[in-house]
Amino acid sequence: MKKQTVIPIADARDDTAEDGIDRRSFLKLMAASAALASAGCKGPPQEQIVPYVRMPEMMVPGKPVYYASAFVHRGFAQGVLIESNTGRPTKIEGNPLHPASLGATDVFAQASILQLWDPDRSQAVYRGQALSTWETFETALQAQRETWSKDGGAGLRILTGTITSPTLADQLAALLQRYPNARWHCHDPLHDDAAIAAAHLAFGKPAETVLHLDKAAVVIAIDADLFGALPGSVRYAHDFAQRRRSGGDGVAGNRLYAVEIRPTLCGARADSRLALPPAEIERLIWRVAARIGTPGVPASLTGAAHADSSRWEAALARALIAHRGESLIVAGGSMSPATRALVHAMNATLGNVGKTITIIAPVEATPIDHVESITNLAAEMAAGKVKSLVMLDVNPVYDAPADLGFAKALGGVPFSVHLGLYRDETGRHAAWHLPLSHAYEHWSDARAYDGTASIVQPAIAPLYGGRSAHELVALLVNDDTRGGHALVRRTWARHAAGPDFETFWTDALRQGVIADSVSAALAIGSMHTPSPPSPTHVAAAPLAAVFVPDPATGAGEFANNAWLQELPRPFTKLTWDNVALIGAATARSRGLATGDLVRLNLDAMSDHALDIPVWVLPQHAEGVISLPLGYGRTAAGRVGNGVGADTYALRTVAAARGRAALQLHKTGKQHVLATTQQHTTMEGRDIVRLATLAQYRENPHFATDAPKKRVPKDSLYPEWEYKDYKWGMAIDLNACIGCNACTIACQAENNIPTVGKEEVLRGREMHWIRVDRYEVQHRGAGRAARSVFQPVPCMHCETAPCEEVCPVGATVHDSEGLNVQVYNRCVGTRFCSNNCPYKVRRFNFLQYSNNEVESFKAVQNPEVTVRRRGVMEKCTYCLQRITRARIEAEKLGRTLQDGEVVTACQAVCSTEAIVFGDLNNPNSKVNRAKASPLDYALLAELNTRPRTTYAAMVTNPDPALE
Amino acid sequence: MAPAYAAQEPVSQPIRFSHKHHVGDDGLDCRYCHTSVEKSSFAGMPSTQICLTCHSQLFRDSPELAPLHASMRTDTPIRWNRVYDLPDFVYFDHSIHVNKGVACMECHGRVDQMPLMLRKEALDMQWCLGCHRIAPQHVRPLAQVFRMQDQRPLSDQELGQLNRLYHLQDTRRLTDCSTCHR
Repeated sequence: MKKQTVIPIADARDDTAEDGIDRRSFLKLMAASAALASAGCKGPPQEQIVPYVRMPEMMVPGKPVYYASAFVHRGFAQGVLIESNTGRPTKIEGNPLHPASLGATDVFAQASILQLWDPDRSQAVYRGQALSTWETFETALQAQRETWSKDGGAGLRILTGTITSPTLADQLAALLQRYPNARWHCHDPLHDDAAIAAAHLAFGKPAETVLHLDKAAVVIAIDADLFGALPGSVRYAHDFAQRRRSGGDGVAGNRLYAVEIRPTLCGARADSRLALPPAEIERLIWRVAARIGTPGVPASLTGAAHADSSRWEAALARALIAHRGESLIVAGGSMSPATRALVHAMNATLGNVGKTITIIAPVEATPIDHVESITNLAAEMAAGKVKSLVMLDVNPVYDAPADLGFAKALGGVPFSVHLGLYRDETGRHAAWHLPLSHAYEHWSDARAYDGTASIVQPAIAPLYGGRSAHELVALLVNDDTRGGHALVRRTWARHAAGPDFETFWTDALRQGVIADSVSAALAIGSMHTPSPPSPTHVAAAPLAAVFVPDPATGAGEFANNAWLQELPRPFTKLTWDNVALIGAATARSRGLATGDLVRLNLDAMSDHALDIPVWVLPQHAEGVISLPLGYGRTAAGRVGNGVGADTYALRTVAAARGRAALQLHKTGKQHVLATTQQHTTMEGRDIVRLATLAQYRENPHFATDAPKKRVPKDSLYPEWEYKDYKWGMAIDLNACIGCNACTIACQAENNIPTVGKEEVLRGREMHWIRVDRYEVQHRGAGRAARSVFQPVPCMHCETAPCEEVCPVGATVHDSEGLNVQVYNRCVGTRFCSNNCPYKVRRFNFLQYSNNEVESFKAVQNPEVTVRRRGVMEKCTYCLQRITRARIEAEKLGRTLQDGEVVTACQAVCSTEAIVFGDLNNPNSKVNRAKASPLDYALLAELNTRPRTTYAAMVTNPDPALE
Repeated sequence: MAPAYAAQEPVSQPIRFSHKHHVGDDGLDCRYCHTSVEKSSFAGMPSTQICLTCHSQLFRDSPELAPLHASMRTDTPIRWNRVYDLPDFVYFDHSIHVNKGVACMECHGRVDQMPLMLRKEALDMQWCLGCHRIAPQHVRPLAQVFRMQDQRPLSDQELGQLNRLYHLQDTRRLTDCSTCHR
């Protein structure tokens, strides 16, 4: 990437004023009234235009450029397009050509753009606690290299997370060749070690599983969050929704069973769901395996103790046998390697392998057990055998198992180097900290869940002089090639077939996907059925701990991201905290209520204690406590420090293996939790409408036919007339998985500020599209309540209550049906918000947008006004995207075609639950969606005539489990 | 709140660039320097390289052009003072205007007669609406959009033909808040 000279934004206010004091400090020193008096009478500042010295070829200033790259999370790639406005990356879109994206992304990819611009990122080299430079480090490294060359790197250890990058794998292999006594260790706190062990048990070699949910009529998820936690989750959600639409009257083309510990996105979406503690789940699945005739599984195993377990065993076995080759079982999370190996054997028995499941060679470069790897490393460090430790983008001081004493051992390593995006807990303990360039600032490569490789290309030069892992490893081995670009090209010149490397390289960059790089199916040969886990596998602990990834911070790597911290967690709608999740009966028996602060001790190690608030979730298994990781950071940055409780304190090696028994003591204290939705009942109203497939077949119009659901025919207001376009949106509740990607995509697209915990407590969060969760029961069926999600943006009502009460005409109807908010007219009466029955309007009570920090200005979308204090705002249907598409069409002298306007929430949605388009076009997708008998309007009885409508939900539960 | 420079008042610039000389005397087309005016919301300001296509030869040693050469030598952009500055909540798009036959002159005036660039209009909303309310009367054939000379008024018949050609949006649409504010 060429050197970029400047970010062409300038502001005369930056100029230094007289008397040696700059204007900004001056204003801060002055009293508010004086500041108003001095600044208020002046006009707007004289702006400057800063053109290029040499403009890049094909550049059109004012139009965004998109770079195909990849967002790499926990080692795995999700193809993205980085939108860049005059050199500033401002938004991430999914890459439609990438198999893990198909145009959609998850919440982390959306929020990664804020991480790029985070002013708390590491900006300098540190030697211990003192500032240093890359040059000084290189000099120090020179001496180390001489030692390594002499002793073959006997005291050298490399520590990385999960690596799929072919370039980094090649580089580290070369390093181990050059220094044969060096070792490469891996540590990723969320690495799925059990999957690796299971593959060894089942196939005798490492392997990974790729699911084809579009081909499965029956899906059984055994504590596996298919839609939330896997490298392929975005694609899996897409395939699941596609299959769902393809049969069963267009709404129920498959059936999903979930047996899980805590509520997950997959469990919420499931047609039949059962919550059990991990040991009980294992018992259940072994009995099912026996029933379907998995070779080597004795029929005499004890079943689960749960009252429903025999019904479930029978139902699951029946469903699997009826759909051989068309079913799919997947186990994850807390399941033991033996049980996960059993699931491989069950899929093979059912003939699913090669149809709904492909077994491939591991995508990660070193398919090893990470807990074992870090344990061995810590032991060597404690024994003084490690002289040099290079840590590439990992934070073991924070997230290594608690009983390893990693921080203390690190102090005994003379030459410890930490390369990281932040000077985090590890960066502060290491002898050297080096700033890592962000993935959107450097060259790299990575592979997706199915093996597909992508080149990671930069969209901006490093903001803070960071370097990539490739560039550091090149220094370690004194490689002749030093630049990231050359290193990545060298790898692919080696791997790429065909004589014309330049064409290959250009295509790979343009498409964001390397052609034909998907992993081939692995020949698995004969399968071994493992021996069943002993009934005492998990002792009957009064309270077992399960450590789970957090839907907002991951395992802590996104703790300093305010968008994610303020993103309501799917089931609790909690922001800015983590909580210990427990079931209702467990809570009752211990006299706990949501918000109670408890002290948790490990049975085995009473000195490991943690104070954390509990949250009672009725859909949670009893006797188990789920502890989200990623909080209680001490060196995350100004946003993430001190938020929540550090559950790693209890995560010992044994706990990371799934064996942790806890003691729980009430502290008698309360913790204030900031949530965005206070209760989950619909108070007898039909906010989310749902029926089972049988009920739907009986009455396809169930969503709208009862008298109280009917839309009044007449209105006092005159009808509007729409000559050209008439915009509308349809949201399919059958497709929505509640993942929140729409909320955060909207935040990135529309410059929506975060407000902080205090303001969320006052109900002042600013999200333009929220995802509500309700606990509902089917009419006359089933005992278990299920979670349903409902995204709620502005409804753009035809007879909008907000428009009638604005005294200054700041919210008005436009000629295409949009209910527009005119910021420059708004005087902040908040009448509109009070009159909105959907509560989608958001008011800037304070100056929430950060106009002080330069890098936060840079992340803003230049096509959307940044709102000031005292102004109301809300969903605009992405007016800027409509305008952009309309102008391009108008210039060509034609009208807009269906599908040309894509809103940010629609673009990011993996299941295509959101459809937007022209209601005046009879063939538009949105009109087809609204023609469904399932289509209904929220609170239609108020006669607001919303343009955003919903497709009622149809579930397909197993009749035997109702 | 008055802007830094009033309308009709020349704005000081790092180089005393004369539109009168370049447009009026030399007859350069607007698009030679403002390259993106037909494609983008932003008309585009010439890069140092564009200036140097001529000035690497012409008036090379003029002290007036020293900042230009310094820019290329030091790889530092020239910082021009903005003449036409709309409030940040207004989204104006050059490309749609010139593609629908609104001549540069409509807003920028006879720049071919301006030795130093100045803002011809006050740029208040009333002024924008003055045209948006009767847009069909403010269009020109595409061939005349970048012309500077005063042109004869078009007949009703000619305007009617142009409007059919351009498919102008109706007055309601063109005066909607959402047309310019978002």
